[in-house]
Amino acid sequence: MHKNTARALRGLALACALALGASACGSDDDGGSGEQVSADDVQAALDKGGKITVWAWEPTLEQVAKDFEKEHEGVEVDLVNAGTGNDQYTALQNAVSAGKGVPDVAQIEYYALGQFALDESVTDLSGFGAGEFADAYSPGPWNAVTQGGDAVHALPMDSGPMAMFYNKKVFDKHGIDVPTTWDQYVDAARKLHGADPDAYITSDTGDAGFATSLLWQAGSRPYKVKDGTDVTIDFGDAGAKTYTDTWQQLIDDDLLADTAGWSDEWYQGLGDGSIATLVTGAWMPANFESGVKDAAGDWRVAPMPQWTEGEEVTAENGGSSLALPAAGGNQALAYAFAEYANHGDGVQTRIDSGAFPATAADLKSKEFQASRFEYFGGQQANKIFAESAANVPGDWTYLPYQVYANSVFNDTAGKAYVSGTPLADGLKSWQRKSADYGSQQGFTVH
Amino acid sequence: MGTPATTTARPAPARRSRPAPPPRLRTPRRRRGGSPARPRRSVLLTALSALVVLYTLVPLAWLVISATKTQSGLAGSFGLWFDGDFAFFGNIADTFTYDDGVFTRWLLNTLLYVVLGAGGATFLAVLGGYALAKFDFPGRRGVFAVVIGAVAVPGTALAVPTFLMFSEMGLTNTPWAVIIPSLISPFGLYLMWVFATEAIPAELMEAARVDGAGEIRTFFQVCLPLLAPGTVTVLLFTMVQTWNNYFLPLIMIKDPDWYPLTLGLKSWNDQASTAGGEPVFHLVITGSLLTIVPLVAAFLLLQRFWQSGLAAGSVKQ
Repeated sequence: MHKNTARALRGLALACALALGASACGSDDDGGSGEQVSADDVQAALDKGGKITVWAWEPTLEQVAKDFEKEHEGVEVDLVNAGTGNDQYTALQNAVSAGKGVPDVAQIEYYALGQFALDESVTDLSGFGAGEFADAYSPGPWNAVTQGGDAVHALPMDSGPMAMFYNKKVFDKHGIDVPTTWDQYVDAARKLHGADPDAYITSDTGDAGFATSLLWQAGSRPYKVKDGTDVTIDFGDAGAKTYTDTWQQLIDDDLLADTAGWSDEWYQGLGDGSIATLVTGAWMPANFESGVKDAAGDWRVAPMPQWTEGEEVTAENGGSSLALPAAGGNQALAYAFAEYANHGDGVQTRIDSGAFPATAADLKSKEFQASRFEYFGGQQANKIFAESAANVPGDWTYLPYQVYANSVFNDTAGKAYVSGTPLADGLKSWQRKSADYGSQQGFTVH
Repeated sequence: MGTPATTTARPAPARRSRPAPPPRLRTPRRRRGGSPARPRRSVLLTALSALVVLYTLVPLAWLVISATKTQSGLAGSFGLWFDGDFAFFGNIADTFTYDDGVFTRWLLNTLLYVVLGAGGATFLAVLGGYALAKFDFPGRRGVFAVVIGAVAVPGTALAVPTFLMFSEMGLTNTPWAVIIPSLISPFGLYLMWVFATEAIPAELMEAARVDGAGEIRTFFQVCLPLLAPGTVTVLLFTMVQTWNNYFLPLIMIKDPDWYPLTLGLKSWNDQASTAGGEPVFHLVITGSLLTIVPLVAAFLLLQRFWQSGLAAGSVKQ
């Protein structure tokens, strides 16, 4: 009840912000257009010093900001946690339409970046020379910040190549083999739940980010965007069918725990063995270490199950970037910070505090891959994550208004989890609702 | 004022088996026990009230019990009973020390918003309500229409326009962005208006004026004490509103140093769903309990006034 109210309020605020943003941006032409800023200009800004405001909820940035200030005298970084995810986007949209209080740097998740790139409320960083970083990042994140074009809307901060976390103790206890395909995963789910009615293969109550990641892996490309405003939404392709056919079995046979992700019960389920696997992004280990302390040593990491045996295709889940809002102040200095945090020395600092990088060199480095996770029984889990990062198909696109689309996932596709609606029909109604909203916002939707 | 009209009370026809006590004694009892037509207690109503009491108290009990549990004990044990470890005092200590003691800062922020916001709103409502009730001036009907209209507009709908306006004035991300909108309470004004109309006899004001008191003195020394029950009611309403205010600070304030408790607890709660964040559910729960303690205390201390305020105008005197 309370959650729904909060969501409704957020939705309302977002709608207002979008409506206002659209009109405000029409009259505001000083947005980023790939203006050229040389490395000398950036260096000059660093020498001159000044203060920048960074909106981010990523905890590892705290140390990065301190180091950056230490390295550059006279530079002050005001790191503000302006809310997580949606809350922060609403605030950012509001600030942009008001034209005041806009931060110089903002953390934006990959799935939400399109919305800010579309109305040019974030600066195109190719003018700073960020276009040269194409090979510096793994394909998934780089594609997310460029959307396949020349403009660079943000610098990738972290990434979430997917892998399967599984509770080895539970698997061993019931003599279940670690699944390598999704079919085996369904079999494992049946076997586990049959052996212990309190145990489930995983928990899923309908999560847009997870569903899109699985579609991504299954080869479905439901969203196509041309010229920013010409949008195609289609959940009718073969990949989508592969996904719904398999997932429907898990839903029909009640093989999924109905514990909402990130809740107290969920952390508890991960700890006591009632939730036996978690297929998610490589940023998860830090959360295991801080939130599921009791189960240290029980969990292991395995490659993501495949849709077709023998293949090696994965997907990204989550991950975020640092963008420079066009209305922000000191852009040269802001860029220097984003570059330091996401491409320079800050990356190692963040890896050391448990973040999962998006930089190709770090993912490939021997030291990174050799590091052992005590939590996972000394396993060299980064090897699996790095391999996964290399196997992410780079041609996935989100909608320019994915934040809205994800917010209505549970009202549409999510019905499959609570009523008899088939998941495939749920996706279709998600498609319809997303298309309607797009048309209302002035997109050409096919 | 307030003397029951004993002379008009008629004896209850249903109670004839015993000798009727003298009317003077019966009247107060009748006021407490309900109307003379319903001398017996209603089982249905009692059961319904019991249900409502249960419905109201169970979440509170859950909160108190949960505040005694450790992080791992929270989901691992039955919600409405205690866990093995009694971590209540440890949790309180942790709540106040976590993240460099930022909870204290949020508590002081909330107090600031309540004292200035709710206090100011009450003061303005009393002034305005009194003026509207006791002075005849052109445009009074217009003011009435505007106030009634303002009661109907939910504050949430005004939040974003207010944000844009405050942003224009450069006030966002400052305490003023929360305090100034909190100063306006159309409902409080309406309540004070109705209350002032009933509570202050025109003769009394007349007498004060005849004795040579100025308008200011008449208001503060004669009328304000009469308005006390209504004032406390409005104060409680605005206090609860400001103390629990979430949406306004959410869009106005981005600097955690100026967060009220509501936003602060939300940010702690969000840590659990952040990559690399640390779940602190036990602190969120203990913090929530600590957050409602001042409100509960305010209600207990002021309820005497509040009750008489609520009853105002309900009895014809």
